[in-house]
Amino acid sequence: MTASPKTAQKSSFLTNIVRRQIFIPIAALLILAIFNFIMDPSFFKITLGYNSEGDPVLSGNLISIIDYGSELAILAIGMTLVTAASRGQDISVGAAIAISGSVVLRVLCGTNSRPETLQAPIIVAFLVSCLVAMAFGAFNGALVSVFKIQPMVATLILFTAGRSIAAWINNNELPVVSDRTFTYFGGYIPGIPIPTPFFIAIACFILTWLALKFTNLGLYVQSVGINEKTSRLNGLNPALIKFVTYVILGLCVAIAGFIKVSRLSTINYSVVAKDIEMDAILAVALGGNSLSGGKFNISASILGAYVIQFLTTTLYKFQVQSDALPAYKAVVVIALVILSAPIVREKLAALFKKLRSPAKAESKS
Amino acid sequence: MRIKKILAMAASTVLCGAMFVGCGASGSSSNNEAKQPDSSSKAEPANDNGNSSGSLIKVGIINNDPNESGYRTANVNDLKATFTKENGFDASFAYSLKNEEQINYAQKFIQDEVDYLLLSAADTAGWDSVLKDAKDAGVRVILFDRTIDADESLYDASIVSDMDKEGEQAVEWLKDQDLKAYDIIHLQGVMGTAAQKGRSGALDKTAKELGWNIVTQQTAEWNAEKAQQIVQSAIDAGNKFNVIYAENDDMAKGAVAALDRANISHGVDKDVVVIGFDCNKWALEELKKGNWNYDGQCNPFQSSYIKDIIDKLEKGETLPEKKIIMDEKGFDAKTITDADVEQYGI
Repeated sequence: MTASPKTAQKSSFLTNIVRRQIFIPIAALLILAIFNFIMDPSFFKITLGYNSEGDPVLSGNLISIIDYGSELAILAIGMTLVTAASRGQDISVGAAIAISGSVVLRVLCGTNSRPETLQAPIIVAFLVSCLVAMAFGAFNGALVSVFKIQPMVATLILFTAGRSIAAWINNNELPVVSDRTFTYFGGYIPGIPIPTPFFIAIACFILTWLALKFTNLGLYVQSVGINEKTSRLNGLNPALIKFVTYVILGLCVAIAGFIKVSRLSTINYSVVAKDIEMDAILAVALGGNSLSGGKFNISASILGAYVIQFLTTTLYKFQVQSDALPAYKAVVVIALVILSAPIVREKLAALFKKLRSPAKAESKS
Repeated sequence: MRIKKILAMAASTVLCGAMFVGCGASGSSSNNEAKQPDSSSKAEPANDNGNSSGSLIKVGIINNDPNESGYRTANVNDLKATFTKENGFDASFAYSLKNEEQINYAQKFIQDEVDYLLLSAADTAGWDSVLKDAKDAGVRVILFDRTIDADESLYDASIVSDMDKEGEQAVEWLKDQDLKAYDIIHLQGVMGTAAQKGRSGALDKTAKELGWNIVTQQTAEWNAEKAQQIVQSAIDAGNKFNVIYAENDDMAKGAVAALDRANISHGVDKDVVVIGFDCNKWALEELKKGNWNYDGQCNPFQSSYIKDIIDKLEKGETLPEKKIIMDEKGFDAKTITDADVEQYGI
């Protein structure tokens, strides 16, 4: 009987957790982790090896997840803000990644598609691509905020045209960068065995966290998303705030695009970051954020992004038949989305309450 | 209220405008090209004496978007280089990845009274009626690169890439390597495409016959990064493998990136045999350096075949066969030359 107050406390703690937004991605992550642990504990094995250049690298499925999931996590930051403020999603991020990646290569390679040396410092290429991607973000943002077009329709324009623009930037050639330092950003910095994209994602997260903590951006975005009219009456400029979120997403796109082209030192306009917009939206949904705007939680979205990558890596690991792969993914996604639906979560919370009450009854008797 | 209405109208106008801009970017090449015949037809009289036949043969070429892939870019450039005024052609080009748009272009070309309609269809279905129109108008139709589901009487010739043969050649080459064991990672293209079917089919068949071990068979959807993840996952799982059979160059590149990361040697006389397809120039360069072992061609240079057919038809000859299968090459890292890289790299 002495244990009963403890259990009561514990279950109220559980109820509390179930109600928290970040519960969903964490639960999904746990389910996947437990599944993998039961099926094959070697999934979590991490080994230290050396790559062909002789630098130490960690490898293992967990490393793959934090490596390949990073672009998606970075995109999820911007997508969450856009979703919260404009109550819609940007479906052009994949095409925009193609554009910004193309710009990076264009600046690095100049007009020659296979230069021996870099034509410009990498940082310059990155900054130029940031500017270009933010300009495209601003274009989307202007359509949404000033002209009040549905976000999905407004971004459909760039979604359709983006990859052609990307190809046009490089005259339809496929430049290849031979400089080794360029591969550091999508691979490993010599001497550091953890993949660089993960560090970049963490840096992005910290920057966003600081921005949300020390500015009113988060509050403004939420209030615009919840009720545009009242926020205007309270002296905010909803159009400007929506516009800013799209520009921020543009910046995220530039960073993700930079990692993408750095991974292989080249680009393929038609397949680079293909369907990543859907994954980014899914990451936001998995993070428990309402897709119709309002309150948001960036950390949950980022976790959501890594959950998606966890799922992909799991499916690769178990060598699911290629033609069946999308079906498996769909099943898991349905399960996760249902889990994140408010109704189900309320039921879950009620279930935990029920579990607690018999314990209470027991203690009384 | 009024302001709202005006705003809404302005928004929709801008949206329409933006749509045109958007389409313009992807379709700009087609628009420009489609305009070309007007200018060239004006220039026709001046050009008359330069040609032996006296008048130009009017050709309408409908192709897929040149941005689709390196293969398509090479294909388009090859066609452009052949069907020039110097060679006696007045060619108009139209590009689209959408079947309906392609059919619209075809109708336009028929109205423009082209002599030949060259077609690489985006989709196999839906071409019957427009090809009947072409036949009624006396336009000869030559299919290239892709076939369609239509009666053979509706076109004069069809020049196709033999994807099965590409796969068979590569697998044959692999067989000849006489490896002690065959543990293969098979990276497939987008499932259901002709290239994937042909290239997978050949490997599946031989692997079954000779008892080759397929370690992993996954689709990386022509995507380098997905291929990298799949190979990475195989390495992490500790699977032994000594052959990577990637159905295009991009995926082979992704696979090699994963091998490099795990310090597994690859290429000529190394631990892992790397096979790619499509003969991109950079891929052939890798081959030349000995980092890869084999690259199978998917021949994009169809224009010489087409020109041959047109020459024959112009002379009034009949074609021995409607279906013409192109030669496909395959390159071995041990025998490839710089000249090959220059000539066949796309």
